[in-house]
Amino acid sequence: MDKHIDINAVADIVKDGMTIMVGGFLGCGSPHKIIDILTKSNVSNLTLICNDTGFSDYGIGKMVVAKQFKKIIVSHIGTNAETGRQLNLGETEVILVPQGTLAEQIRAGGAGLGGVLTQTGLGTIVEEGKSKITIMEKEYLLELPLRADLAIIGGSIVDMQGNVFYNGATRNFNPLMATAADIVIVEAEKIVEIGEIDPSHVITNSIFVDYIVGGEK
Amino acid sequence: MDNKEFIARKIAEELKDGEVVNLGIGLPSMVANYVPEGVNVILHSENGFLGIGAAPEAGKENKDIVNAGGQFVTVKKGAGFFDSATSFGIIRGGHVDVAVLGALEVDEKGNLANYMIPGKMVPGMGGAMDLVSGAKKVIIAMTHTSKGESKILKKCSLPLTATGKVNLIITELAVIEVTPMGLLLKEIAPGVTVEEVLKSTEANLMVDHNLKTIAL
Repeated sequence: MDKHIDINAVADIVKDGMTIMVGGFLGCGSPHKIIDILTKSNVSNLTLICNDTGFSDYGIGKMVVAKQFKKIIVSHIGTNAETGRQLNLGETEVILVPQGTLAEQIRAGGAGLGGVLTQTGLGTIVEEGKSKITIMEKEYLLELPLRADLAIIGGSIVDMQGNVFYNGATRNFNPLMATAADIVIVEAEKIVEIGEIDPSHVITNSIFVDYIVGGEK
Repeated sequence: MDNKEFIARKIAEELKDGEVVNLGIGLPSMVANYVPEGVNVILHSENGFLGIGAAPEAGKENKDIVNAGGQFVTVKKGAGFFDSATSFGIIRGGHVDVAVLGALEVDEKGNLANYMIPGKMVPGMGGAMDLVSGAKKVIIAMTHTSKGESKILKKCSLPLTATGKVNLIITELAVIEVTPMGLLLKEIAPGVTVEEVLKSTEANLMVDHNLKTIAL
């Protein structure tokens, strides 16, 4: 099966109202070319799940500026003043989640788990409305799994089957999101033939990847 | 030496050889510059690696290697990268010995508020809640007061980052330990009197019978 598609076709896959996960950490490891295509498209009313909202002119923040999200689930918005503005004016719903909790919720969503128990957020506004469970005399918050209709992730080297290697700190949320969405699109920096990535260096297995875009192939 | 350098130098002295340390953005990150000779700490970057090195030379930045503040960094020999779930497993699992963070407010019970001022500044908690909850030791690096108001309070007024997790507060005036009995003034800066520290602190302070002057 040829998973490689023209990057412009991504705009047809993303539909209004979808929940999308976007990989990257302040833009490091984000699928920048896909973000540019989507920013220019008219797609809107999306729910975003991402570590942060990047910057107003870099990373997923461009789509925040273009007002394409109705709801944003993130750990940090401090580097993009536009997200804060939309939050304060009630234009966009913003749900702030501790970063480690967000990572585990996505992992749980992709791993068939009913949730995770964490002490992070106990005694803070994060615990509001959540179940508390005591295990061996310690109290934990129950955090539910997160899944998405679509995940768009960035890969440093991707083979034609969809196996992904992430260089350096670009890994972050990408391999977690690849497991937790119905459709997964990886934007490759470099595309290689099947077998060119040492199997020991495959971080996201090709079974998780539906489409590959980009690359210098 | 300005206040920030003083605080960073003092915290650097608290670190022990071999410790895994996470430094927050801003003042806490300055601590890395003053770690004493012979003390090797492993710096954790919550975006996904252990072994943060120095800032790269101009022109030698690697776009794939940034710290949790998005700044270009290098990695030391022996460093390793991982995903965000592993990174926070390291934090919550008690594998980070020391976390150094800034604060808006700290109180007598070791509660910390450092991530939002409702209606004014809502950047989000990022990794701070996990770090404060999960690190074995939490050191707060901050100026003692803000616009003349004490940041060390009987009770925090801002939304909390975590409850009862702060171990040590280091300011330009003092080193204060959070104990089950309350806040204990352990050390004072050179040229500063106990009275001056008490006056700048809204919280109740117990004064250590073995009170020392900070020597850097």
